[in-house]
Amino acid sequence: MSKFRKKKKGLPKISTASLPDIVFMLLFFFMVSTTMRETDLLLKKPVLPTASEVKKLEQKSLVSTIYVGKSKDSRISGDKIQVNDKIIDVNDVTSFIYSERALRKEEEVKFMTTSIKADKDASVGTILDIKEQLRDINALKISFSTVKGTNLKTNY
Amino acid sequence: MARREVGEINAGSMADIAFLLLIFFLVTTTMDVDSGIARKLPEKTEDTPEVTIKEKNVFDIVVNRNNQILIEGDQYVKVTDIRRLTMAFIDNGGGIGIPKDDKPGEPCDYCTGAKDPASSDHPSKAIVSLQSDRGTKYGMYVSIQNEIEGAYTDLRNKLSLKLYSRSYDALLSDYKDTPTEKLKAKIDDIKDKYPQIITEPEPIK
Repeated sequence: MSKFRKKKKGLPKISTASLPDIVFMLLFFFMVSTTMRETDLLLKKPVLPTASEVKKLEQKSLVSTIYVGKSKDSRISGDKIQVNDKIIDVNDVTSFIYSERALRKEEEVKFMTTSIKADKDASVGTILDIKEQLRDINALKISFSTVKGTNLKTNY
Repeated sequence: MARREVGEINAGSMADIAFLLLIFFLVTTTMDVDSGIARKLPEKTEDTPEVTIKEKNVFDIVVNRNNQILIEGDQYVKVTDIRRLTMAFIDNGGGIGIPKDDKPGEPCDYCTGAKDPASSDHPSKAIVSLQSDRGTKYGMYVSIQNEIEGAYTDLRNKLSLKLYSRSYDALLSDYKDTPTEKLKAKIDDIKDKYPQIITEPEPIK
């Protein structure tokens, strides 16, 4: 009798020996997919406008980003432009693109895209100025960075 | 000589360490994909050839600093109306298209528009013009750009469904997976039938 009872007693323990393996797998996944933030924003984080007809930017290594937004200091009004780690004047956009081009191979230059990450409250004038600068140096591929969504009401 | 046995290292806390690292990477990771409205700027050329464009072939969108939109100089509309109006304008097909390789222009046989003689002649001639004020909000500007883009996409999708029984978006994603000449020809054909001609005149000061 007692032999039978012993068998039924308790659930078998779940082996946790493979737990570290699973966790390591996840760990490696996140380590590989993570991208450390390269630039510290000196501006207020731009609130991107919403758009429905968006295209994903391919080849991240060929994208140079220009940020447009308000200064963190609320006493300073007007739109500020940031590239890499500093706030620049509109006229310096060209030199930024030149320096970005210098980092790439020559044959890749024509595929380079400029992504404009601008706050939805920024004024179009600033954006048009940047576009004019980009036209001057033949950096013709641009992308207005947006959040994908269908509610355009939040934009204005 | 007494050999000292090396004691087994307890691996029980390995999971904890791994978890700690895992949580660190979980928190710091940002998987934002950069997406946006793609535009190609017009090239800067020294000499621009004089071309005469009929007034009816230009769809005028003007947006002022109060984010109000005026269409064709007399119609005050909302952002949500732009897509419909732009589509009607491009797809009108009231006349003949631009001459191609010495062949005279042909009327648009794939357009489904109203064929109004007072609106655009042909999708290849239809120009969308977006003039903004320097003080316009960027969000508004992007919304309008989005609606114009949407109008072209809708028209291309519709035509593509009719010709190839597959939407333009689907063709594009197919092409991304398997780039074949045949698909490329289809995409180019659709693109050619509804070319995106958007112009942005100097902003209002």
